[in-house]
Amino acid sequence: MKVGLFIPCYVDQFYPGAAIACLQLLEKLGVDVVYPKNQTCCGQPMANSGFEHLTGGCNDLFIKNFSGFDYVVGPSGSCVLHLKEHLHNHDNPEIATTLSNKLYEFTSFLTDVLKVKSLPARFPHKVGVHQSCHGQRGLHLSQMTELVAPEFSKPGSLLNMVKDIELVHLNRKDECCGFGGTFCVAEEAVSSKMGKDRVEDHLHNGAEYITGVDMSCLMHMEGILHRQGSKVKVLHIAEILNGE
Amino acid sequence: MTSREKILSAVKTNQPELTTLPDVDFLLQEDVDISEKFIAALTAIGGQVIAVENHAGIKAFIAENFEQPSRKITTVSQLGDVAEYIGDNSANPHSLENVDYAIIEAGLAVAENGAIWVSEDKIRIRVLPFITQHLAVIVSQKDIVPTMHYAYNKIGSTDYGFATFIAGPSKTADIEQSLVLGAHGSRSMTIFLMS
Amino acid sequence: MSEIQNTTNHADLAEVFNNDEARVDWHDETLWWIRSKRDVAVNKINNWEELRETASQIKHNVLSNLSNYLQQFESNALSNGIIVHWAADAKEHNQIVLSILRKHSIGQMVKSKSMLTEECHLNDFLEENGINVIDSDLGERIVQLAKEMPSHIVLPCIHKKKEEIGELFHQHLGTPAGNADPQFLTETARQHLRDTFLTRRAALTGVNFAIAETGEFVVCTNEGNADMGAHLADVHIASMGIEKIIPERKHLGVFLRLLTRSATGQPITTYSSHFKRPNKGKEMHIIIVDNGRSIQLGREAFRNSLKCIRCGACMNTCPVYRRSGGHSYHNAISGPIGSILAPNLDMEKYADLPFASTLCGSCTNVCPVKIDIHQQLYKWRQVIVKNGYVPAAKTASMKIMDWTLSSPTAYHTAGKAGRMVLKYAPFMVNNKLNPWYKHRDMPEPPKESFGEWYKKNRK
Repeated sequence: MKVGLFIPCYVDQFYPGAAIACLQLLEKLGVDVVYPKNQTCCGQPMANSGFEHLTGGCNDLFIKNFSGFDYVVGPSGSCVLHLKEHLHNHDNPEIATTLSNKLYEFTSFLTDVLKVKSLPARFPHKVGVHQSCHGQRGLHLSQMTELVAPEFSKPGSLLNMVKDIELVHLNRKDECCGFGGTFCVAEEAVSSKMGKDRVEDHLHNGAEYITGVDMSCLMHMEGILHRQGSKVKVLHIAEILNGE
Repeated sequence: MTSREKILSAVKTNQPELTTLPDVDFLLQEDVDISEKFIAALTAIGGQVIAVENHAGIKAFIAENFEQPSRKITTVSQLGDVAEYIGDNSANPHSLENVDYAIIEAGLAVAENGAIWVSEDKIRIRVLPFITQHLAVIVSQKDIVPTMHYAYNKIGSTDYGFATFIAGPSKTADIEQSLVLGAHGSRSMTIFLMS
Repeated sequence: MSEIQNTTNHADLAEVFNNDEARVDWHDETLWWIRSKRDVAVNKINNWEELRETASQIKHNVLSNLSNYLQQFESNALSNGIIVHWAADAKEHNQIVLSILRKHSIGQMVKSKSMLTEECHLNDFLEENGINVIDSDLGERIVQLAKEMPSHIVLPCIHKKKEEIGELFHQHLGTPAGNADPQFLTETARQHLRDTFLTRRAALTGVNFAIAETGEFVVCTNEGNADMGAHLADVHIASMGIEKIIPERKHLGVFLRLLTRSATGQPITTYSSHFKRPNKGKEMHIIIVDNGRSIQLGREAFRNSLKCIRCGACMNTCPVYRRSGGHSYHNAISGPIGSILAPNLDMEKYADLPFASTLCGSCTNVCPVKIDIHQQLYKWRQVIVKNGYVPAAKTASMKIMDWTLSSPTAYHTAGKAGRMVLKYAPFMVNNKLNPWYKHRDMPEPPKESFGEWYKKNRK
């Protein structure tokens, strides 16, 4: 099984630790992982701003980089969802469909393809899990509180394999953090208020770390925590699952 | 072209390809303890349920609780001796503006939400159950159905000029979501549940 | 949106709303509480999701056969003795109402809640023509006294504090100053409006559902105000959008189960009144209004928005609505559903609304008729950009971003220059004027990118 590692642009540039954790954990689990070095961005910042018609270059590049793999795995629910919904190729529509079917968000690749049952990780801390909307409501990584349907959580099931971790209860289990791509500056007032409220829920319930499947939400919340002078840290879920 | 023709033609041009109407009968799912569920639902929305065996029981309740001088109206002939009886729809609705207590009979009642169904023939004057300060409704235990699907099954294609579901006293929470009973309709709703 | 003369813009209005953080918290908590009540109510229905799916399919059938259903409804309503009018737009709707009132020499009307009349700005039009209109829903009456628009389709004055309402009542209804007790204020409104109901010869109501099979229509209220108005007046006018049709009476079982549970968590509204025939000696009118709906019906990507039954659940759950208030949407219908309906009416004026969302998708999940609201917000963004309703500067930066991200060389060059790769992504611009920095810091730039680490540490 040959897996292409898709590292979103802002993770590559700002959170290399999250990407390294993904790579190392996949390798530990016996996967043959390759990081195609010519990758850039999925095109979502443009598409969500209404410029999907400008994302052709990003699409072509993504297809060129990743078509040769059995699976493509990326540590971001949001970027993966964008590609699954919007990756296309005008001349060869099938190549895009085939590729998006092989594309997995990191935690769901672990639970659904590798069917991981145990992990050697230990993380003796109180952790709050942020349900990033695109991973949760878009990729159905976990059950959504709006629906009348059985509970499940792919990231949660993995975190429960981690020794000594304590997951904190949140008052609002799956409320959006307010990042929203360009929303975070175009609607600065609401975006930062949403972020403050989300962070407050974690702090109020005693989290020492906030984790999730999307570094973009975590970057937003980290920005608020840092400004508030809080000692609470954000970590991509891969960094916890790959711990010790 | 009239507006009617303009609208219908635009709609016809723009409507999508015809899709089938889904079956709704699968939603008819039997339920147990529906009397208890009806009582619980009605109580939760601010109504009260009084169990009675017959009309004499209702009269006794009224004598005990509504003895003070007040205008009482009923559309139930058996109660004609304790309240003004209205047997047809000839009264002017405005003449009911000072009614304190109205006693009517429900066609059916719904367990899942505590609603009762009355059509015009049960209330005679459309405004009666709304304008009265307090509303009392006689419900036969056998007329309780589990859900709204059963209710409409029973209503079928019955003809009426006006009919309504009433679930509890009128209410509003428009001021800071504080629930207040007695908005514009009745201030209270009593169900006489007859076995 | 600098190039476009748009003085009413969601982001600006939301910023003003956020100047009072305690009030934002109060607004957010109030609406979240309603969302929580909704959750409790829907979890009591074990086949809730099937019910939503059924409702969605019924509504789809309605849209696909709307021209026939409208004619069927009309013909049945006519034989029931109802007078049917058709209005192509808001203006015609308002004219029809006025002409009915003029015919009867009526100068005062009582009105229960109708979002359609808000959409048509009926009150202003009637006032200009010398007709006095009193809104009888308590929340609507409050915003009417305050000379404001409703901020929510189900809870019109959810943005107002009880002290402000107490003050309004003190000024307009003569209640003692400083009394803000909801029980007392509601009782005051009851007394005042009772007199209104008894003296108005015309009553206007909205329509929640119109049944093609029978020609009857259903109006739902908790307060009983629609019935008090309609049954005491000589003339009852009901205004409905063309999309209010449902095929058969039994389908009400589906929709009445969904509507109030979604809206407020109640199992059903206090009153669900079925109007089929006018009372003897009285008149009942129905005005069937298009006002852009037939155009929306032709927009494949957006036609599902016409399935809306106006429960307001998408507003209660929307984290942006809760923290920006209904008025920030500067449209009669606010929140997520308003943001996908409004651009159909005026794409330029409402170009900002589809961007007033994080696309979190919670709205789609609570929608009782399964409208793909957040997907439509995304699609409206594409349409609005293609039609040129975004500032030129934004288009230019997006083009540069596309160029940078389409070229690995450009990307890596930019990246080495101090992690500035995404400098054209608006949220990454590293200067103090960037709104990001108002309440947030950027991450510490790492020594090397993952790509650089990988080159050193793997083959």
